[in-house]
Amino acid sequence: MENPYLPYPVRIDKIITETEDRNLKTFRFVFLNPEDEEKFAYTPGQFAELSIAGKGEIPIGIASSPTEKGFVTFTVNKTGLVTTYLHNMNEGDVMGIRGPLGNWYPWDEMEGKNVVIVGGGFAFTTLRSSIIYMIDPANRSKFKDITVVYGARTPGMLLYKDELAQWEQRDDINMHITVDGTDDPDWKYNIGFVPTITEEKITSADNSIAIVCGPPIMIKFTQPVLEKLGFPPERIILSLEMRMKCGIGICGRCNIGDQYVCKDGPVFPLAQLKEMPSEY
Amino acid sequence: MTDKIFSKEEWLGGLEALRETYGVFVPVKDGDFHTFMPFDEGKTPDFHYQNSRLSPKSVVYPQSERLFEYTLDKADSEADIVKESPKDYSPKAVVGIRPCDAHAFQIVKRNFDNPEYRDPWWVQHFESTTLVGLGCNEPCSTCFCTEVGGGPFNQEGLDALLFDMGETYLVKGLTDKGEALLGEITGGSPADDQALKNAEDLAASASKKISLSVPTDRLKEKVTNELFNAPFWEEIAFACLNCGTCTFLCPTCWCFDIQDEVSGKEGDRIRNWDSCMSPLFTLHGSGHNPRDNKFQRVRQRFMHKLKYYVDKYDDGVQCSGCGRCVRYCPVNIDIREVCKLMNNH
Repeated sequence: MENPYLPYPVRIDKIITETEDRNLKTFRFVFLNPEDEEKFAYTPGQFAELSIAGKGEIPIGIASSPTEKGFVTFTVNKTGLVTTYLHNMNEGDVMGIRGPLGNWYPWDEMEGKNVVIVGGGFAFTTLRSSIIYMIDPANRSKFKDITVVYGARTPGMLLYKDELAQWEQRDDINMHITVDGTDDPDWKYNIGFVPTITEEKITSADNSIAIVCGPPIMIKFTQPVLEKLGFPPERIILSLEMRMKCGIGICGRCNIGDQYVCKDGPVFPLAQLKEMPSEY
Repeated sequence: MTDKIFSKEEWLGGLEALRETYGVFVPVKDGDFHTFMPFDEGKTPDFHYQNSRLSPKSVVYPQSERLFEYTLDKADSEADIVKESPKDYSPKAVVGIRPCDAHAFQIVKRNFDNPEYRDPWWVQHFESTTLVGLGCNEPCSTCFCTEVGGGPFNQEGLDALLFDMGETYLVKGLTDKGEALLGEITGGSPADDQALKNAEDLAASASKKISLSVPTDRLKEKVTNELFNAPFWEEIAFACLNCGTCTFLCPTCWCFDIQDEVSGKEGDRIRNWDSCMSPLFTLHGSGHNPRDNKFQRVRQRFMHKLKYYVDKYDDGVQCSGCGRCVRYCPVNIDIREVCKLMNNH
């Protein structure tokens, strides 16, 4: 009988320290059994359980895009037992990945629309997946303007700095990188909180859909800005976090009302969230 | 289907013989209470009980269960790779399960065996288990099975049903699984029409003994957020100790935790029953906790059973009316009262 709790064995292929506080690292995994990569077919917005024998599992958003072949990446904040252990692991070590889990951003609905991406801090991972996916030559024509507002506390806390710089150079994606503050005199991008920069840079909600992913405080203050710009709650898409174990809607802990964040989410339109208990 | 009458001695002898082909679980008197235990040598089944303190849910869904195992020994080429633990899915039988507890398995099945995912351990344990019920001649004062889609002789979820007729048992086979089990038990005589009529009368009179009304008819039409934000939750939760007795004893509570346990270089991934009464249940790694307050956790338990489950499956509440949480709650929180409040809100 198929076992949805059984992780695929993977090898850590590469580890990149992303931020100046060294608390965020990106792990690139390669499947030990190549056929498992096909079974792990995912869509941007989904997550997986990273599984370490002897430590346990943690749910983490998938940072790579399905257009990138041969590996899958996750950016992990060092927080608890499993993530701390993971941060001390080395390239070549073996562990597990279980998934892909959950739903994804509404790609069908986003086709033919302007896409506004608003991200903050280390929640930028599935947004990176989405950007890579959309600017892939095979997909770019499906979407109209792509605008990204991404902020972190300081320049050193931004994820994927090399890619951010590359995207800045492109003319098919509008980047608005911002930091809460910096004493770097050479900082050439924005200074200000994400909601403020969103209000400044996004001028229209016409034929647009907004994807928002970030810390609760950023989401709280970005939501009214987007509504003021004219985004209806059906076109504001949020990705939530919750403590999880099984990842498949069975173990019972990540519910908001009758919805499980692991299986029915983590992606919810604001319109749907408004009908659900505010318990997240 | 079989309808047979056994003398009680003959039935007990049959159960002893059944151990050749089934792992048999029976109610055994254990101090002041009854507990379902493997019918091993030296154990005496005692079918004269109202209900066991714990339901036999652990036969299908053990309180702690090893899911996977692995070695951390780097000298092993399979080090750090998680493997399924071998399992024993040979036939098991729970004899004497009350109809409410069998109904509870049907309620829980919707969670573990759904169109998207099948929990391999629950499903295979369940499929290998035959449930032989014992109807309730004398329901408890806390019983309300009739109010939540069951009854003291309810057949739903059972493979066979025993009627205690005093000196004898009348046994009805209800499913192929039940028939297969009854085929292993020799003796008995076919039940005649009069015996079947007596059994029906017994069931009807038992149902009448449950007089309390627990209305659930309007739960479905309620707006979730109106119930969620109802003013009564703080008051209901006021006395609650968050001890978790209710969730531990509940035959329809299914939440679990998954933990890794290591001894030397060998490790296991284990699942344990968990409880929404614990603040750790929802505590994020960041320190944020969406159910930080006691009343939120109490609300979650009742909302899950009486609203979220109702909305999700549209087939009744997540409660079999066994009354254990009512009987054993140290501060007398009563789900029947909460249900009334919710239904009438």
